[in-house]
Amino acid sequence: MARALNQQVAPLPFGRKLSDWAATFIAASCVVLVLAPLLAIFGYLLYKGFGALNFDFLTKTPAPPGEIGGGMANAIAGSVLILGLASAIGVPVGIGSGIYLSEYGRGSRFGNLIRFTSDVLNGVPSIIIGITAYALVVLTRGHFSALAGGVALGIMMIPTITRTTEEMLLLVPHSLREAAYGLGVSKWRTTVSVTLRTATSGVITGCMLAFARIAGETAPLLFTVFGNTYWNWNLDQPTAALPLQIFSYAISPYDDWHRQAWAGALILIILIVFSVAAVRIAVSRGTLGSVQ
Amino acid sequence: MSNAALGAPLPSGADEPGKALEVAPAIPKKTDISRAWFGDKSFYAIVVACGTSVLVIVGLILYELISRSDLAWKAFGFKFFVGQDWDPVNDHYGALPFVYGTVVSSLLALLLAVPVSMGVAIFITEMCPRRLKTFLSFMTELLAAIPSVIYGLWAIFVLVPLLRENVEPFLIKTLGWTGLFAGQPFGIGMLAAGIILAIMVVPIISSMAREVMTAVPSAQREAVYALGATRWEMIRMGVLRNARAGIVGGVILGLGRALGETMAVTMVIGNRPEISKLTEALFAPAHTMASVIANEFSEATGDLYLSALIEVGLALFVVTVIVNILAQLLVWSVTRGMPARGNG
Repeated sequence: MARALNQQVAPLPFGRKLSDWAATFIAASCVVLVLAPLLAIFGYLLYKGFGALNFDFLTKTPAPPGEIGGGMANAIAGSVLILGLASAIGVPVGIGSGIYLSEYGRGSRFGNLIRFTSDVLNGVPSIIIGITAYALVVLTRGHFSALAGGVALGIMMIPTITRTTEEMLLLVPHSLREAAYGLGVSKWRTTVSVTLRTATSGVITGCMLAFARIAGETAPLLFTVFGNTYWNWNLDQPTAALPLQIFSYAISPYDDWHRQAWAGALILIILIVFSVAAVRIAVSRGTLGSVQ
Repeated sequence: MSNAALGAPLPSGADEPGKALEVAPAIPKKTDISRAWFGDKSFYAIVVACGTSVLVIVGLILYELISRSDLAWKAFGFKFFVGQDWDPVNDHYGALPFVYGTVVSSLLALLLAVPVSMGVAIFITEMCPRRLKTFLSFMTELLAAIPSVIYGLWAIFVLVPLLRENVEPFLIKTLGWTGLFAGQPFGIGMLAAGIILAIMVVPIISSMAREVMTAVPSAQREAVYALGATRWEMIRMGVLRNARAGIVGGVILGLGRALGETMAVTMVIGNRPEISKLTEALFAPAHTMASVIANEFSEATGDLYLSALIEVGLALFVVTVIVNILAQLLVWSVTRGMPARGNG
């Protein structure tokens, strides 16, 4: 449109044309500059990761330092344990406070305070959450444990889930709630079986977003779950975790451990992508009417 | 009877009137209403408790950080933040090198990331064809989904060798006369940390910038076009000027992320608590507030040592909270009145 207008009036001075081209060129090269590291990271991850992946890696516990072989099976299991615990804490609390914000706390001062605080919590560095979990769980129990890591990661899930749940519930048309009220349904039943149900897929997407965010978190695990070279299913004991293992292998001096760090990183990415995709598929099959 | 409704937030079969009458024959008729009343009250209690938990968590974080850093505060007072010696052996702590490392690495990251993210945001919202738009947004979001430990891993084995063998010697040779690129090309150090942080904050800044640029009403664009502007002039005058406050908010949000980022930085910055000479600042190893906590926390044996580390954490917490609030206010000033997140 702009071009058509310009042609009717007068040809553009060369300088202005040049600045327009230059801007387009620079913006496009910025995109290339950003995509380059993305492709480089994924390329290396696939190349080095698949090269290092083998059956032992997925089934064995770590070899002693300097020895070749071993794997990260216990770390993968530990991550599943910690992430499960974190989800058990973060998902219900997050959805609950999201419901409060959208259905009860609209415009109220308390609601605004919670919304604001949850945005603040979202910006708190993960390592600070780690210190808090250390103080709350590790110091009171007297030792490192999977529980402490689960608490730390669960806390990190809450603000993301709260805000996405709120946004998704607000998208549900008000007439749906009114229809339920008109039938004499109580407010909580309406919220659970009409509003929340209509927004299910959006709410679950929010939960997956939060899950993907914490699944690779390492900093809050350093001094909560601590790491372990053996199998552990006890919540009250130190546990290995995949991101933690990747970190300690990456900064180690052994080539074989570097190799395994790449394989671990690949497994971590696959774990994140796979779980997100699995839930997405399950949700799209399970519900017919979704908000979006 | 009402206990059943009270305990379970999810509806069970207990809602048919017949069944309820069976359970509580003593109070007929009233059951439906009282159950609904109890259900509503208890559900409200549950969601309020969930909402309040957010406040409780932030309160607990603050309380734990303050109470457990008390020892270091009493021992060093404000001198803690201007002292340059970090000496666990003699139990003497000064956090200035970490403050320096955090500030310099974050600013370096912003210096690299801001122009690039602006370019990306402008290209995606204003320049590229619609079909490419979704794909490019997806790709930049993907960059945000990579865990920081994987960034660190990639940086150690790809970025750092590249810097050590090619980039840094090249910079020393060609730009050494500026006085900014001196010292040993270790690879590991401030520059590597700045670059990896820049890659990590680009998706944050660019998605924020995209959001506020989309929020600029299209009447503004049309008005500038109507005056005969080229596309770039339209973007400059119609879009960027209106979205200015929000873009600054996005940059500050990126700063908040860069300040608190731990793992990737720890893996490449070299972890040396030193303030290097200005000319060697870029290539020299350094240490940040987050990385010293990550490195030394689980090995901190003395009470004062642990307390000093927690005080570093407290400072980091306060700074990131202030930075985030500032960012939030700026973004709100632009997107106010718009739906929180558009699908554009």
